[in-house]
Amino acid sequence: MTTKILAPMSGSIMSINIKVGNEIKEDDEVILMEAMKMETFVYAPSGGTVTEIIAVAGADVEEDDVLAIIE
Amino acid sequence: MIENTDSFQTSIGALFHSSGFAHISPGTVFMWAVGLVLLYLAISKKYEPLLLLPIAFGIIAANLPQAGLMEPETGLFWQFYHFGIESEVIPPLIFLGLGALTDFRPLLSNPALIFLGAGAQVGVYITFFIAVAMGFTLEEAATIGIIGGADGPTTIFLAAKLSPHLLGSCAVAAYSYMALVPIIQPPIMKLLTSSDERKIRMKKQRKVGRLETLFFPIMASFLIILLIPASAPLIAMFMLGNLFRESKVVERLTNASKNEVMNIATILLGVSVGATMNAETFLNKEVIFIFVFGLFAFIISTASGLLIAKFMNLFLKDKINPLLGAAGVSAVPMAARVVHKVAQEEDKKNYLLMYAMGPNVAGVIGTVIAAGVFLTFLK
Repeated sequence: MTTKILAPMSGSIMSINIKVGNEIKEDDEVILMEAMKMETFVYAPSGGTVTEIIAVAGADVEEDDVLAIIE
Repeated sequence: MIENTDSFQTSIGALFHSSGFAHISPGTVFMWAVGLVLLYLAISKKYEPLLLLPIAFGIIAANLPQAGLMEPETGLFWQFYHFGIESEVIPPLIFLGLGALTDFRPLLSNPALIFLGAGAQVGVYITFFIAVAMGFTLEEAATIGIIGGADGPTTIFLAAKLSPHLLGSCAVAAYSYMALVPIIQPPIMKLLTSSDERKIRMKKQRKVGRLETLFFPIMASFLIILLIPASAPLIAMFMLGNLFRESKVVERLTNASKNEVMNIATILLGVSVGATMNAETFLNKEVIFIFVFGLFAFIISTASGLLIAKFMNLFLKDKINPLLGAAGVSAVPMAARVVHKVAQEEDKKNYLLMYAMGPNVAGVIGTVIAAGVFLTFLK
């Protein structure tokens, strides 16, 4: 089953802690975002294998933008 | 030879007496100590350093005897104070920058949250009445109460008009409590909400259109200024800054407002506010009351915001997270960040930051309106 990791709010991407092919578990800290000068993690919605990373470090994102896809 | 020695001693004596050293008093030393403590908090603890640092240095420099920096008509800092603050120039310039920095979309996407920004002004009025009962004049009580709104420029704006002798103390109290938001608010938030309430996730925000963001500063100017004309200097500049931002056609003006103009205004504001603090006005029991009442006002404002959010939940189908009420105090974006953090302690996947920005910016407007109401009745 394919699951999208979505941006929980608007902000910018600080760092990406996963790579394509990584096995991740639900609630892993996969991406670090910054909004209103506050850093906050994006957590994996479910476990699986990372198949694609769309987010780019330093880029701005809007709420619900797709950041990565897990299978 | 003896004559020469006498004349030399007389000259040295005259030099000493004309220097500041001969005029140092316990009061001036105390004020230096206050300035140094604030410098320490600004530099080492990073408590609102952009304001506390110039305020602290202003206190020290203005309390150097014989320097005359606050000498009426001639002193440099007096001129900053007179032309900048007494003449109502600097606080509105800060609001121009704040407007250029403020994104009203979180508020526009859920306008009901404006009640939380209004509700958090309750502490301002409760403290006003208590301060009056304690013997402060109406003007002084209003200046102390407005600290509860946690908005520095508004506190300074009101103090300069109603109680200039309290300006320095009230400004330092306001900025101190703004810096202490992450320490003062969480215990109140946890005391007044249950774990289940703190876990409430907000319904997705609707997308706000460009026309809405463009019309908001224009409509808000009409509505608020016509309703409370005394709020005009702050609201007009706040909304002009926001119109710069949302029009997207004057990027240079937007950038100048939120960077150069705001930074220069901040330096002049901080130095002049610090310079108003001298031993005569600071070393009296009123100042202790100002800090105690200011803290009380801030606590009540936080609590009232939370309780109003809980009250709204009695009628709402989609419940709101009552923590958002605490963001109604206008310490932007600190109070919103605290809401986000306290919510994530219960549920790490609950992202309240952007929702909290709604009541947070509503709180800024609410505090300006509260100040305008005081001015209307007391000036």
